[in-house]
Amino acid sequence: MAIGEGPGSVTTYDAKTPLRRREEVIADPRARLERMMEIRHAEQKIRELHEEGLAWGSTHSCDGQEAVAVGIAAAVPPTDHVVGAHRGHGLGLAMGLTPEQLLGETLGRSVGAVEGLGGSPHLVETSVGLVFTVTLMGAGIPIVAGLALAAQVQGSDRVAVAVFGDGAVNIGAFHEGLNLAALWRLPAVFIIENNHYGEFSRYDRTTTVEPPARRAEAYGLPWTLVDGQDVDAVIEAVGTAVATARSGGGPTLLELRTYRYFGHSRSDRAPYRPEGELEAWRARDPIRILGDRLVADGVVDEADLAAMEERCRERVEAAAAHALAAPVTDVTAMFRHVYPEAAP
Amino acid sequence: MARLRMNQAIGRALADAMDEDPTVVVFGEDVAAAGGVFKTSVGLLEAFGPDRVRDTPISEMAIVGAAVGAAMGGLRPVAEIMFADFFGVALDQVVTQGALVHYLTRGAVTVPMVVRSSVGAGRGFAATHSRTVEEWFLSAPGLKLVEVSGARTAYGLLRAAIREDGPVVVLEPRALYGSREEFEPGEDAVLALGRAEVRRPGDEATVVAVGQTVGIADRAIEELGASVELIDLLSLRPWDVDTVLESVARTGRLALVEEHPFTGGWGPDVASRVGQELFGDLAAPILRITAPDVPVPFARELEFRYLPSVEYVASQLRTWLDTGKLPAPWWADIREGV
Ligand SMILES: Cc1ncc(C[n+]2csc(CCOP(=O)(O)OP(=O)(O)O)c2C)c(N)n1
Ligand SMILES: [Mg+2]
Repeated sequence: MAIGEGPGSVTTYDAKTPLRRREEVIADPRARLERMMEIRHAEQKIRELHEEGLAWGSTHSCDGQEAVAVGIAAAVPPTDHVVGAHRGHGLGLAMGLTPEQLLGETLGRSVGAVEGLGGSPHLVETSVGLVFTVTLMGAGIPIVAGLALAAQVQGSDRVAVAVFGDGAVNIGAFHEGLNLAALWRLPAVFIIENNHYGEFSRYDRTTTVEPPARRAEAYGLPWTLVDGQDVDAVIEAVGTAVATARSGGGPTLLELRTYRYFGHSRSDRAPYRPEGELEAWRARDPIRILGDRLVADGVVDEADLAAMEERCRERVEAAAAHALAAPVTDVTAMFRHVYPEAAP
Repeated sequence: MARLRMNQAIGRALADAMDEDPTVVVFGEDVAAAGGVFKTSVGLLEAFGPDRVRDTPISEMAIVGAAVGAAMGGLRPVAEIMFADFFGVALDQVVTQGALVHYLTRGAVTVPMVVRSSVGAGRGFAATHSRTVEEWFLSAPGLKLVEVSGARTAYGLLRAAIREDGPVVVLEPRALYGSREEFEPGEDAVLALGRAEVRRPGDEATVVAVGQTVGIADRAIEELGASVELIDLLSLRPWDVDTVLESVARTGRLALVEEHPFTGGWGPDVASRVGQELFGDLAAPILRITAPDVPVPFARELEFRYLPSVEYVASQLRTWLDTGKLPAPWWADIREGV
């Protein structure tokens, strides 16, 4: 068994397992809305922990991109394999990772997703299929081809999904990985999370093809450009691609258009944004879009929305308190899992 | 005199080189409009224009490959790889192409390129963004490798590397970008590749350090109050065998302070060479003070345990000077308990 239980596969303070959290997101639009709110609260909390000097190191917030994360988590069953990228707080929480695992990782605590050894860009939760997160651009693309190859060879109906940024489409791994996946008709889905910037560069200043997903044509693959602010559109597109892959139809390249509200990392104040761009995107906030829709459909009312916000705030506060009370990761941890234990 | 942070000194070296030689060009990820993620190329785009100063896509293989080709074609490119860990996706172009062009054209073609990159732990960037990766280049004939230790050496070695007619990789300890040093930039500040510098003289022992461990070793020796000679190796390929051998022949002892894990890195080569040449003259075993053989951990407490600290280096040196025997590394007991 190559993918086993990770260190974080534990029940946390609110007694909900990552798998339970994932099932909620798959089943219920209200849970999806609440999870998007939770992601927003968690990002805010992480900024506070950094400002208070409690957290350190590199961290990448995904405010504004919540519908991408939650839409993928809702459309992909937890038995499929997903490899994410560095801006992965949202995808992690959406897939089921608990706020405590995220904040614990951010704080370098033993309760972190990978015991505080990787930092918040390295979230993993194997019990819900988040099998790895890469921090070198595009590295996950050929890895996902390989995960899909394993499923193909094993005769399993599992699908493998790569989630990566617009900045990753210009690295060799993207082209090599897509070609291989197309050639072998692997059960894989490749998702460009186009938040318009790779570090300080707008995607259209580093890529000549518009939209970048059109690159799929070079490999004979289907592609779709999707509104990444609308969680239902994301679910629809990802669901279709996953179903195609599962039924032997081969890989698809999706581009989910979204926007990051904050800088690339903590120190970046994003001076390179054209005036008005941020405001225009904030006007299409993914949490508001889904909230308005659910209110219009009579699924929730304003009081429900307020209660959801309050629950998220409390859950994230409790998670932060719990993570802060947890022990700092022990020095011996860095020596474990460098190699697999020898078989007995 | 100028009092510059190391990142400013690098920017100054690039500007001076571009002033001096119109074939010098600079490119890399976010180096132009933003002036580099570590602010090492601020103002170059404004001063030298978009022809000579360019932002690239996130394409390390293309960045280094284009530097190889541009150098073959008559330019002196200075390419930037943001974190040295990213050399992994460009290594073919560095060690199998760039380093071998001159040899495989029997001298007809030269590759006067420089690739700069940031290295090292201590900033919370964790396992994939913290290594020093010297060993990736040490086994590459045709390539030169230097690692700077502050603003002055960053300026001097970068200027020298740009003038070199073959490929040079320049490693810059990330933790030092903000540290200031006073020196006079200009012709006299250009250093020679292949030369070490004696940081402090002494006769009880020789300590060799590289990059950010130079400052750490210096403070450790200060704390000890012993007469220990400190050598900043600066050039790792080729390294200054004469300066090191002369020192150790005099002091009879050699200790190395290495940021990287015990296995690999620049230390083993220096240790074995000194051991071979001065076998009978050594008063104590060669001491290598390194990080443990594990990936760089994220948690702050762990990362600073992983890195050799001033206190740890001082205590290792103290035991070794007092007893003439090798002290156990800090992780010896932990390893047994795992
Ligand atoms: C191979 C590689 N090159 C460069 C980097 C440095 N880097 C980290 S994040 C980033 C920008 C990535 O942009 P994008 O893929 O759009 O993802 P986003 O940050 O927008 O989520 C860069 C260049 C890296 N991690 N890996
Ligand atoms: Mg992006």
